[in-house]
Amino acid sequence: MAGLYIHIPYCRQKCHYCNFYSLASRKYRELLPEALQQEMILQKDYLTGETLHTIYIGGGTPTVYPPQVIAEIILAATKQFKTDARAEINIEANPDDLLPDYLHQLRKTPVNRLSIGIQSFHDDDLHYLNRNHSAANAYQAIRNALAAGFDNLNVDLIYGIPGLTDKKWGENIKTVLDFHIPHISAYALTVEPGTALDKLINKKKLPPVEEQQAADQFVMLMEMMAAAGYEHYEISNFCKPGQYARHNTSYWQGISYLGIGPSAHAFDGRSRQWNVSNLEAWLQGIRSHKPAFEREILSPAQQLNEYVMTSLRTMWGTDLQTIQSRFGAGFRQMVLQQAASFQKQGLVFINEDIITLTQRGKLFADGIAAELFVEDSEKTLPE
Amino acid sequence: MKNIRNFCIIAHIDHGKSTLADRLLDLTHTIGERDKKEQVLDSMDLERERGITIKSHAIQMVYKTDDGVDYLFNLIDTPGHVDFSYEVSRSIAACEGALLIVDATQGIQAQTISNLYLAIDHNLEIIPVLNKMDLEAAMPEDVKDQIVDLIGCDRDDIIETSGKTGFGVERILEAIVERVPAPSGDPKAPLQALIFDSVYNSYRGIIAYFRIFNGTIRKNDFVKFVATGREYNADEIGVLCMGLQPRETMEAGDVGYIISGIKSSKEVKVGDTITHVDNPCGEMISGFENVKPMVFAGIYPVDADDYEELRNSMEKLQLNDASLTFEPESSAALGFGFRCGFLGLLHMEIVQERLDREFDMDVITTVPNVNYKAYTTKGEVIDVHNPSGMPGPNILEHVEEPMIQAHIISKSEYVGAIMNLCIDRRGELQNQVYLTSDRVEVSFMLPLAEIVFDFYDKLKSISRGYASFDYHITGYQPAKLVRLDILLNGEPVDALSTLIHHDNAYTFGRRMCEKLRELIPRQQFDVAIQAAIGAKIIARETVKALRKDVTAKCYGGDISRKRKLLEKQKKGKKRMRQVGNVEVPQSAFLAVLKLDS
Repeated sequence: MAGLYIHIPYCRQKCHYCNFYSLASRKYRELLPEALQQEMILQKDYLTGETLHTIYIGGGTPTVYPPQVIAEIILAATKQFKTDARAEINIEANPDDLLPDYLHQLRKTPVNRLSIGIQSFHDDDLHYLNRNHSAANAYQAIRNALAAGFDNLNVDLIYGIPGLTDKKWGENIKTVLDFHIPHISAYALTVEPGTALDKLINKKKLPPVEEQQAADQFVMLMEMMAAAGYEHYEISNFCKPGQYARHNTSYWQGISYLGIGPSAHAFDGRSRQWNVSNLEAWLQGIRSHKPAFEREILSPAQQLNEYVMTSLRTMWGTDLQTIQSRFGAGFRQMVLQQAASFQKQGLVFINEDIITLTQRGKLFADGIAAELFVEDSEKTLPE
Repeated sequence: MKNIRNFCIIAHIDHGKSTLADRLLDLTHTIGERDKKEQVLDSMDLERERGITIKSHAIQMVYKTDDGVDYLFNLIDTPGHVDFSYEVSRSIAACEGALLIVDATQGIQAQTISNLYLAIDHNLEIIPVLNKMDLEAAMPEDVKDQIVDLIGCDRDDIIETSGKTGFGVERILEAIVERVPAPSGDPKAPLQALIFDSVYNSYRGIIAYFRIFNGTIRKNDFVKFVATGREYNADEIGVLCMGLQPRETMEAGDVGYIISGIKSSKEVKVGDTITHVDNPCGEMISGFENVKPMVFAGIYPVDADDYEELRNSMEKLQLNDASLTFEPESSAALGFGFRCGFLGLLHMEIVQERLDREFDMDVITTVPNVNYKAYTTKGEVIDVHNPSGMPGPNILEHVEEPMIQAHIISKSEYVGAIMNLCIDRRGELQNQVYLTSDRVEVSFMLPLAEIVFDFYDKLKSISRGYASFDYHITGYQPAKLVRLDILLNGEPVDALSTLIHHDNAYTFGRRMCEKLRELIPRQQFDVAIQAAIGAKIIARETVKALRKDVTAKCYGGDISRKRKLLEKQKKGKKRMRQVGNVEVPQSAFLAVLKLDS
C-alpha cells in the first residue's frame, strides 16, 4: 500500500499566509505535465512495486490545468505504478475554477475526490487572506461540485483570522454542515516566517493573529462538529463516520509515498526526501535524468518521534505496543513514563496501551509530543 | 648579552598586533612555511576568534642585520585586556623595549595608554609604530600628533607600517636593534629570574616562562621560587621558539622556560622570582603581587548529573589559568555548582566560553558580585561574594565596596553621554584632559560593582564603539547595599538574587522583571515575576499562560520540519530549570547580566 503526491506549483495569486512552493506566473506551464510524467518514470522504483491506494494532486492550484491535462497526468501515474481500482484520487481546487463545465469535464477523469479551498464564507476574511475568490464563489463552487456529482468532498476552512468573530466562525461551520460536506479540514491561521502575512503583520499593515481567539474557535469547532456527529480523527480533520481522507491519513500512519513535482516530499519508511523547491532547478534535474532532491535517513529515535508526533494527533492515538515492537521496550517505557505525567495533568488518556489526547490536550499537542520524544543517545532499558 | 633584545608589544585590541607579530616572525624565518597559521601568537581558538590575546606568550627570533650580525630577539606578548593588567605589568618588567602599535585609522585608546604608562614606568624604550597605513581611512598626521604628545618622541621616530602588506616591517626590526638597549645584568651574580607567565602542558606539567636578570641557570640546578617558597629541580630549561628548545645553561638577559615537574598552576605565581637554593639572591624582583579575584559568580551545570564533570573541567581550566578560583556552592534553584572568582568580567566570559568549547560543558552562570567587605558589630571583617553570604542586619555594622579608577578615552562628541553614564553608575569625575582637539580622556572614580554588569557594552554603544576603557582597583568605600530577590510565582530564585546599591534597586528590579518576562516561555498557567527587597515587592510582571500549542497542518512535507522543530524545543526544555512549578531557561540566568541588550 502506498501513496502518490503530485505537486502543481502554480497559483493565479499567492495567498498571504501560504508557505507552499507555488508561483503566480505561467512560466514553463506547458512543460510541467510532461516533466511530471518524466519524473514518474525516473522514480518508478521508489515504491518498490507497492500498489497505490491514493493519488493526491495538490499545489499550488492544480485546477489551473484543464481536466484533460489532469487526466493525462493520472493516466501516466497509473502506467508507472500499479494502482488499486478503488484508489482515492483527489485533486485540490480553488472555488473560482469550479464552474459547471469544468466540473463536468473533471467528472469524466478518474478524479473521485475534490478538496475545495473555501477558507471562509465572508468576503472580509478572504480579503485578509488575499484569496482569489469571493464568498459568493465559495457557495457557488460547492453547489456546482455537488450538482456535478462529486459527493466525496472536502472543504478547507481557516479560523483565528483577525476579524473572524466567533459568530462568523459559527456561521462558516454551520454552512458546511448544511451542505452535508462529508469531510472538513479546519486550520488555525498560522503566520509562517517569511510569508507575506508575516511581513504585513510586522509592518503593522495587517492586524496580528490572536492566540486566544484561535484557541476559543478551535474549541467551538470541536464542539459543533461533535454535535453534528462528525469524527474528530485528526487535530485539523473531521469527517462523517468512516469517511477519512485516505491520502492524508496515510501520512499519519507511516505509509510510504512518493512525491512528484518541485518541492514534493517522499517517504519510504526509513528515509525522507524532498525535491528542490525551485521550478527551474527541478526541470533541469528531470531533463538531465538526475532528479534534484535532498534526502535524510531517519535514525530509530527520529522514526519513533515522527510516529509519536503524527499518531498522537489522531483519534487512533499512539500505540505503546507498536513502539515496543518497532523500537524496543526501553523506548516504550520512556514514552509511557512521560505520558503518565500528562495523564495526571488531564492532557492525555492512556487506555490499553493507547495514548490519546483529551479535548484540552488537543490544544497542546505539540508540547506534549515534544515531551514524549526520545533521543538516540539515550540507551534503551534492558528488556 | 649585547646581541639580545627583549621587547613586548603594546597595542589596543584590533590594532593589528598579532598580524604585525606574524610579520616579524616571517621576516626572521622563525616559522617554517608548514607551521604558518594566521596569528601564531594567539594560540587558543578563542583568542584567535576574538582577536584578543588572553594569556601572554613569548617567542624567540634570530635577526641577521645587513652587516651579518645575528641578534636574538625575545618577543614577549602581552594580554590585551583590563582584567589582566597585573600580568601585563610582569611581561613589561621582563623587557627593555616596547613596540607601541597604534592603528593609523583609530588613534590611541585608553588601554594602550595605561599599558604605555606601565612601560614608561619600567623605563622601557618605546618604539612607536603606526600600523594599518594601507587603509584609506588612515590619518597618519593626526595620530602622529597624538603619539608625539603622549611620549614626547621625535616625529621621525614613528615607523609607518602595514602588517597586512608587510610595508615598513623591516624598519621595525632595525629599530629594535638600534634603539632597544641590550639587557644588563651580571651572569656571575646569584640567580634572579622573573616569572612572567606559565602554561600547562598535559605531558610536561606546568611550564613557567622567565626572564633572567642576574646569574646563570643550568639544567638540573636546584631552584627555589621565592614567593611560594617551593623548591624544584630544573628538569629542563630552554628557549621558546616555535616549540620548546632545551638548553644546558642560560644566563642574565635570556628569556626562556623551565620545566620542573610542577603539577598545579597555583604553585607558579606570575611575578615570582626564581633563584638557586644554595646561593639565593638577596631580594626578589620587585612588583610581585598575589592577584585576587575581584568578581564572583556561581557556575552550575545545566544538567545536575554533570557536576563531577564540571569539577574536572574547572580543575583542568585552572591548570593554565591560575587566576581562576572556585569552591563548591549549592543553590535551591540550580543545585550543586561552584562559586568562582574572576579577575574581571571578561575573564568570567572567557572561562564560560572555554568551558563550553574545550570541555563541552553547558553551564548556567549567576549574577556576578564583587567582593564586598562586611563589618560586623563584633568588629569582624567578612569577605562577601555571594548574596547569601551577607551577615544578617542584626550583626551588620556596615558594608564596604571596591572602588576603581576608570580611564576612558573617546571622541569629544561622546563625552557628555559618557559622563552621564558614569554619573548614573555612581561615578565621580576626577579629571578631564584633551589629548588632541577632539580626543578626550576622562577619569572617574566608580564602584566596581557598577561596571560588572553591562557598563562596557553600554559605553561602546553610546560612543559608537569609539570609547576605550581601562581601570584599576583603588580601594574600598562604605556603600548602602540591599539584597534584591526575584520571585517566580512567589518562590524566591536564589540564583537571581543580587546585592545592589539601594538607589539602583528599584530600577534594577524593574528591568530584571521586564527582561525575565521576555525570556521565560509561556507555560500552561500565568507566571508572576516579582522583585523584592525583604518582604517588600518593588516590581512585578506576568507571563501570560499559553492558550494553544498545536500545529495546524501536519502532512507529508511538514513532518520532517515539524519533528526537527519539536526536537529542538525539547532540547531547549531539557536545559531549563524548574523553580517551583515554573520552567526557567538558562538564558534567563545569563540575560540579567546584560539587561539593556
